Amino acid sequence: MVTDSSITAASPTTTHLMTINMGPQHPSTHGVLRLLLELDGEVIVKAEPHIGFLHRGVEKLAEYRTYHQCIPLTDRLDYVAPFSNNLAYAIAVEKLLGIEIPERAQHIRVILCELTRISSHLLWLATHALDIGAMSVFFYCFREREAISDIFEMVSGARMNLSYIRVGGVSRDLPGGFLEKTRTFVMEFPSRLNEYETLLTTNPIWKKRTVDVGIISAEDAVDYGLSGPSLRGSGVNWDIRKAEPYSGYDKYHFTVPLGKNGDVYDRYCVRIEEMRQSNSIVHQALNILPTGDFIAQMPGVALPPKEDVETKMEAMIHHFKLVLDGIRPPKGEVYASVEAPKGELGFYIVSDGSGRPYRLKIRPPSFVNLEALPKMVEGRLLPDVVATIGSLDIVLGEIDR
Amino acid sequence: MGLESHLGDNILTTTLSTMLNWARKSSLWPMPFGLACCAIEMMAVVAPRYDLARFGAEVFRFSPRQSDLMIVAGTLTYKMASVAKKIYDQMPEPKWVIAMGACAISGGVFNTYSVVQGLDQVVPVDVYLPGCPPRPEALIHAIMEIQKKIEKESLKTGK
Amino acid sequence: MDNEAITAAIKNEFSEAILSTGVFRNELTCYLKKEDIAKVAAFLKENKELDFDYLSDLCGVDRIETDGYFEVVYHLYSITRNHRIRLKVLVPSNEPCVPTVTNIWKTANWHERETYDMFGIKFDGHPDLRKILTPEDFDGHPLRKGYPLDGRQPSTLKDVYRKD
Repeated sequence: MVTDSSITAASPTTTHLMTINMGPQHPSTHGVLRLLLELDGEVIVKAEPHIGFLHRGVEKLAEYRTYHQCIPLTDRLDYVAPFSNNLAYAIAVEKLLGIEIPERAQHIRVILCELTRISSHLLWLATHALDIGAMSVFFYCFREREAISDIFEMVSGARMNLSYIRVGGVSRDLPGGFLEKTRTFVMEFPSRLNEYETLLTTNPIWKKRTVDVGIISAEDAVDYGLSGPSLRGSGVNWDIRKAEPYSGYDKYHFTVPLGKNGDVYDRYCVRIEEMRQSNSIVHQALNILPTGDFIAQMPGVALPPKEDVETKMEAMIHHFKLVLDGIRPPKGEVYASVEAPKGELGFYIVSDGSGRPYRLKIRPPSFVNLEALPKMVEGRLLPDVVATIGSLDIVLGEIDR
Repeated sequence: MGLESHLGDNILTTTLSTMLNWARKSSLWPMPFGLACCAIEMMAVVAPRYDLARFGAEVFRFSPRQSDLMIVAGTLTYKMASVAKKIYDQMPEPKWVIAMGACAISGGVFNTYSVVQGLDQVVPVDVYLPGCPPRPEALIHAIMEIQKKIEKESLKTGK
Repeated sequence: MDNEAITAAIKNEFSEAILSTGVFRNELTCYLKKEDIAKVAAFLKENKELDFDYLSDLCGVDRIETDGYFEVVYHLYSITRNHRIRLKVLVPSNEPCVPTVTNIWKTANWHERETYDMFGIKFDGHPDLRKILTPEDFDGHPLRKGYPLDGRQPSTLKDVYRKD
């Protein structure tokens, strides 16, 4: 007969923590992110992100390119919202030069920037919902995204990675048919967004996966440097478009949505509402779009119009000098930041007076947001990691640069 | 003619390699190895407008053990190269590789200290697809080129 | 608060730590002695008038060839007061180390790791100073001006390089 003492005399059981590796090739890490997770059963004890798998040396490469040649490099940072990166870089160089942008160019930039924000949030929703299990939302979101890609292609020739912006304005004026096409999109979009909301917002499965998951408090969020919807989901009211307006944003009426609890569900609601507000901004911009120059007519900054180059001597000389030497900002340094779809995207440019930046530092919002991931998931279950990464909306292109 | 005229109207004759190649090319299961910007265009190919599913390539699973076409979309860095090789080795034969985008073909814009100047330094590539990023139609064209390559494979040599 | 008021408040408290201040394109820059960065940063965060609760960015600049030192640049922002400041610390090239600010703003952790990886500047008191972006067996600090742009290290590919 087996007695208690004989059972305890056998080998005692021990427990170990299990270390598992998530990524760098994984459908839910949204790129090449590696997470080392230490699990106690299914509860996460420690999470450690490893990045650098897409480190391409953009900052070093920029030191060997002229200011204009850096514009296509910035496209490839946050490749989901390329125009915002272009805009942030252009604003930094324009601040360094100390020049003013014509009104029409500012409004064009706002229209494209907000369309980019809608496009980026649509991709976020598509992949976030796909990770949590709602696969059909992926296909619906891409339907709208294709409409926006068509508008981008009409304007610049490329569906993504536009490089449409130039220092001083934009590279060419809006083509005919742009206003009608964008207006059609803007009129249709709110009803489409309502479709996505009926699928998810009051869905009990969605709520069970996202409410009270990945919580971060407002004080922690500020301490960890979160920005954008990830910060506003915790209730901190900071939007650079309102606090430090750039490119004429003070002329538009829009509200900044805020969350309460700082969980995945609140960040979801903030982004959905932001898409609505962006739609409204594009609508307003289309109505108040003025006529005028699409680029600042300054010799050392923008190419003169082609008809002048072919007929006037000074225009030809300016064209020649600008193409040969490039822009030469004064010696100094600036830091300019914009409200990218992911958060505060900043560019710190140090100029030594030559045609190439001496130092170009990119302050990526996703890099800083990802740092807070261990704080959000420790103590939670493994599927919550997937939901939390999705809600932070990270893009490895800008994390690793 | 020949044998078929004796068999009747509802029997076809063909070669085993034709049948096998037809089955393989019409049900390619891609494994998206999305690294950077080209991954977004790869997602657009799966999306409703360009719809890769009509070519049989519907099952976009991220598991290398269950796929036969690896689409490397984006920049390959030195840190990621050993991962790419490991994933390629985990795929069962027969397998094909598409290098999508300028970065996968030759490093692209990024001639820097951390970027491998071409995926073919690490794994053998079957189709090179240029573009930055290539349009979704171009990716469909690349998959059709892989299908043409598979059609010509012979059972004896496996090439 | 405008730039003059911020400068006056800091100079009031730390007159000997500040080397110089300047304004360019309406941005205030303060040069500090590197030993005092942690004290000044803590003051900037805790003072209720200044309230710099947000560290936007922390990076390094290599000025060895032009001026003989590295710079570590801190960009601070106050969400409540909506003002910005840039702090700069000069670091000699023979012994590049700076006190850490991770106990003041937790976000500085990864920024300091990246600056260490790219420039080789060490941060005293950092909880976990190791490389973040370059591979483990990568030798050198790429963003230094002396490091070549295409300075690839093929030895890191030795196991996977195709020979055929």
